[in-house]
Amino acid sequence: MTPPIAQPVIESMMEQPPPLPLRLPPPARARQRSRRRRLTPARIGIYAFLLMAAAFFLLPLYVMIVTSFKPMDEIRQGGILALPHAFTLAPWRQAWSGVCTGAACEGIRGGFWNSVWITLPSTILPILIGAVNGYALSFWRPRGARLLFGILLAGAFVPVQVMIYPLVRVMALAGIFGSLPAIVLVHLVFAMPVMTLLFRNYYAGLPDELFQAARIDGGGFWRIFLQVMLPMSLPIIVVAAIMQVTGVWNDYILGLVFAGRDNLPMTVELNNVINTTTGTRQYNVNMAATILTALLPLALYFLSGRWFVRGIAAGAVKG
Amino acid sequence: MANVHLHKLCIRLGGKDIIRELDLQVAAGEFLVLLGPSGCGKSTLLHSIAGLVDMDSGAIEIGGRDMSDADPSERGIGMVFQSYALYPTMTVEANMSFGLRIAGTPKAEIRRRVARAAEMLQLDALLGRKPAQLSGGQRQRVAIGRALVREAQVFLFDEPLSNLDAKLRAELRRELKLLHQTLGSTMIYVTHDQVEAMTLASRIVVMDKGAIQQIGTPAEVYERPANRFVAGFLGAPAMTFIDGALDGAGRFVGGPISLALPAAPAGAGPVVLGVRPEQVEIRADGPLQGEVTLVEPMGNHQVVWLRCGALAMSALVHDGRVFAPGQVLGFAIDAARVSLFDPADGRRLGA
Repeated sequence: MTPPIAQPVIESMMEQPPPLPLRLPPPARARQRSRRRRLTPARIGIYAFLLMAAAFFLLPLYVMIVTSFKPMDEIRQGGILALPHAFTLAPWRQAWSGVCTGAACEGIRGGFWNSVWITLPSTILPILIGAVNGYALSFWRPRGARLLFGILLAGAFVPVQVMIYPLVRVMALAGIFGSLPAIVLVHLVFAMPVMTLLFRNYYAGLPDELFQAARIDGGGFWRIFLQVMLPMSLPIIVVAAIMQVTGVWNDYILGLVFAGRDNLPMTVELNNVINTTTGTRQYNVNMAATILTALLPLALYFLSGRWFVRGIAAGAVKG
Repeated sequence: MANVHLHKLCIRLGGKDIIRELDLQVAAGEFLVLLGPSGCGKSTLLHSIAGLVDMDSGAIEIGGRDMSDADPSERGIGMVFQSYALYPTMTVEANMSFGLRIAGTPKAEIRRRVARAAEMLQLDALLGRKPAQLSGGQRQRVAIGRALVREAQVFLFDEPLSNLDAKLRAELRRELKLLHQTLGSTMIYVTHDQVEAMTLASRIVVMDKGAIQQIGTPAEVYERPANRFVAGFLGAPAMTFIDGALDGAGRFVGGPISLALPAAPAGAGPVVLGVRPEQVEIRADGPLQGEVTLVEPMGNHQVVWLRCGALAMSALVHDGRVFAPGQVLGFAIDAARVSLFDPADGRRLGA
């Protein structure tokens, strides 16, 4: 909210002839300006380093983008950094709907939709269950809650690869191996520690009195969660969603193992496109397919960088 | 309106005794203030009445019914918290009606009760706002309104004015007192602020270290403190304590002070004399002599600090006399109103 004095100040400045500008004493002002403007060697060094680092990370992206718009003839001539002469969208069309991913040649759009159908439930379910976990641990504090939470956190330190074979056996026994529910369940289980931690820390920051007031008002476990706590959780839900969407979308190994042939995510399809050994390598199509696969997390980072940083901080500082 | 009885209440938290064997009877319609320093267990006591803290043994009766194990919502209480604890995503109206909506009260009845509470607390114009759009005083009014619409038997206040600035605090304090006069409900109020305790209470319970030190009307607790803790906790500037002895003939002697006490207990022996600032009168013909060390003007009165031998005493002066540090003055102590304490256990001696 702008302070209420702002308006009168502006009005009075417009009415009165030459208003005396409010200024700092000249020496202080001069010193401040010179400090801001002067380019010291240290500052030049910092900028040089930052520019180099940025170029280092942006160069591959640049090469990918320009290559994806070039026809193959132009790529064979070399000049990897050159802008496309004969600009073409054909590689993108090919990557989306024509390139061979193993036996079928229908592009990676199938993988895109598979990834969407895996990511949606694998984001919504962990957030909901993590929120309930965090809420119960922060406010209801059941007997042994600290121990349970400790075990859950310890689970976060076990490498995923260690669990794959046992999980495959369990899934096979349950008869859901190689299906959409299997891959969603795996993502759900692996997301539990961090989701619970995220929500537990968020709720631990809310005043206990709020919960007590709701208890006196007669709220039970679910009503307080759904009507008081969940509506207040929007910031942390956004953070959790960003973390979970990028994590699930970028996953390769779990999708490859558990999703089954009909539900392979985009990352696995992309690998199939690029590792095709027959025929000539279509660099432009490969580049386009890679950018398409990375597009969603990339867009998410750009649109929500502020929230994403907040999520990392929430997990890191308070944990 | 309901009475509240606590029998042999014990509460342990984290392996520490917070409250030990506490008995308390709160009469219906009473404004009882629990007063004590932080960490004395007064908030824990209030929370246990509300059912928010589990007790280890003992019993809680509200309105003649045993509520020891009842859920907070079944106890017929309304509670107001220091941090307001309003639901930030709900409007003022939804905040006040939340409990009634959970209880399934008919819509017309909810509207009637919310309208009545809003009128009493001058919240009519704010019903559609969210808590973030309210000032501190307005937020606390909404929190009081939330307790009001529950038509609670007992109102519990947990330092409700501590987050407000001085002017608002005084204003809301008067409103609370008026509210109690209008409703006549039982109110239990926790505070560490003695001004709130003195002005609001029909009875004050002074607590320290999980035990009740004294129960009485504000005047009783102030004029006749049951022990040195109560005497020292209430009153600003604090009571001056003077170590000395009774000579067996009704005379107190300690340091430079020698005072005939009209109501002295029989016998001789060491005692501690307690003198409040208003019991010290500065006058030229006073039997005692002191040197002015500091003068604190308070507007309608002034506090004059005197050094008398090794003693530092304060005196209240209600006229416009001017004193300067270093000045030597005569003063007298009102022997009929002073307190005597046992130096060993701090108990009050005599009547």
